[in-house]
Amino acid sequence: MSAGGRRVLAFLGILTVFVLLWEGYKWMGVTAGGVWPGTSIELPVRTNERSMPHVWDILFALFRPARRGGDLLLWVLLRAALFTWRSALLGFAFGSLVGFGLGVMFVRSPLAERGLMPYVVASQTVPILAIAPILVVWAGRLSVPRWVVVAVISAYLAFFPVAINTLRGLRSPQAEASELMTSYAASPRQVLWKLQAPAALPYLFPALKIAATAAVIGAIVGELPASMPDGLGRAILNFASAFSAAPAKLFASILVASLLGIVFVGAVAGAERAVVPQSMRLDAAETPAAVQEATA
Amino acid sequence: MTAVRLSGVDMVFNPGTGQEVKALAGIDLAVGQGEFVSLIGPSGCGKSTMLRLIGDLISPTVGAVAVNGKTPSAARIDRDYGMVFQSATLLEWRKIRANVELPLEIMETDKGERRERAEAMLELVGLADFADHYPWQLSGGMQQRVSIARALAFEPSILLMDEPFGALDEMTRERMQAELLRIWSETRTTVVFVTHSIPEAVFLSNRVVIMSPRPGRITRAVDIDLPQPRNRETREDQRFFELLTSVRDGLRAVEDM
Repeated sequence: MSAGGRRVLAFLGILTVFVLLWEGYKWMGVTAGGVWPGTSIELPVRTNERSMPHVWDILFALFRPARRGGDLLLWVLLRAALFTWRSALLGFAFGSLVGFGLGVMFVRSPLAERGLMPYVVASQTVPILAIAPILVVWAGRLSVPRWVVVAVISAYLAFFPVAINTLRGLRSPQAEASELMTSYAASPRQVLWKLQAPAALPYLFPALKIAATAAVIGAIVGELPASMPDGLGRAILNFASAFSAAPAKLFASILVASLLGIVFVGAVAGAERAVVPQSMRLDAAETPAAVQEATA
Repeated sequence: MTAVRLSGVDMVFNPGTGQEVKALAGIDLAVGQGEFVSLIGPSGCGKSTMLRLIGDLISPTVGAVAVNGKTPSAARIDRDYGMVFQSATLLEWRKIRANVELPLEIMETDKGERRERAEAMLELVGLADFADHYPWQLSGGMQQRVSIARALAFEPSILLMDEPFGALDEMTRERMQAELLRIWSETRTTVVFVTHSIPEAVFLSNRVVIMSPRPGRITRAVDIDLPQPRNRETREDQRFFELLTSVRDGLRAVEDM
């Protein structure tokens, strides 16, 4: 079987296990009356329809109108996801550029690294929930479309992993490689583009995957203070407030939100396969060597 | 004409701190144009430091270094140095051809000439068939030949080699030495070669410079009067053995100091 086929099979297998665990737990709770079978210890999560709807109920909910007489929930959520993705994509692009720029600046100037790194780290310890409304208020004066403001909030989360790993990647060449460039009297720009940046690619892509998911979260959270009615953020908030009446809808929107993240990360992984040779990929690089050792 | 001259050179690392290390003291050395000189000595005798001083990767604490009548820094900017390290240091994302072209790219040689030079250099080291391979597809010895091709690609006047064959097995090593001598006789480049191996130093050099550690000093130089071209028979020559003994005695004297 091809590697791709095996991957799909593994994915489906694990999905099946999750579904079985969910439904098995639910079945156990329902038949034993909410306690561990044979004991009187209560289960940590209730198994009624409100706490844990059946997997098929969640899937069915996607194909029923979101509200009476309206579009299917699936369409509503996909439209919302697409809307959110626009902000997430811009935020991802912008955040990655800023992150890469910071990495380059830090590798060039230890002073800049020492001076700015604490702020870069601090920026990530402040909850995005506090930053987002401030950015929305600040942008109120400018005639920037709201979705762009949301993109900036999303970039705020996305830039960090890219900055950290870019710096690490730019520093990854051996000392000899740098000395070689010195012996050619290469300019700093040549050193960056011919040695450091290509060497950083294997470090950059894992960071871009993290940035992609962070950008989606940033966009979803950013939509709330920006009071945007069209994105996933509002949809999730609405379904959360109606959770006790229609729990399946919230679970369905979680599915769609994670689908958005998976597709986004998948696209980055595709770009990685196109750009970084197999032998240089950090996740793949270790395996062949280890396998060779083991089979030698 | 003198290619490299070191006069009264001291090298002190971390001066004025608790970790002060005197790596070289009172070094005087002149290497003639087209000469092949080996630096040999126990670990910590500063032979690599000397190579780095000549190559302008570090600057001497005291004394002067002149390369082709210029400062090392001017020589580096004029691209007088080809460097080869113990590890081949090939860029793994570049094919072999592109690795050899790297210095030419940096020196902004035009594309056609770059390609031509790379082909010629790969031909010279016997790897023309591997131009489109990636470094990881080549053995350690082949990678090191690529790194020599890369160092020669822009026709530097001085080749600085820091234990280039140190990581290779004995058979590959001897083959590489013969190859290096052939290349040297074709290009007539000045070579400063750092090594731990006595037979390697004697087989390759016009002159073997023996160094002692802590601080690194030059204790003796042995002229190697073996005829050129040198080949497999050279290694069985009576004179070869005499010279081995003479270098070994020089190194023993160092140990006893």
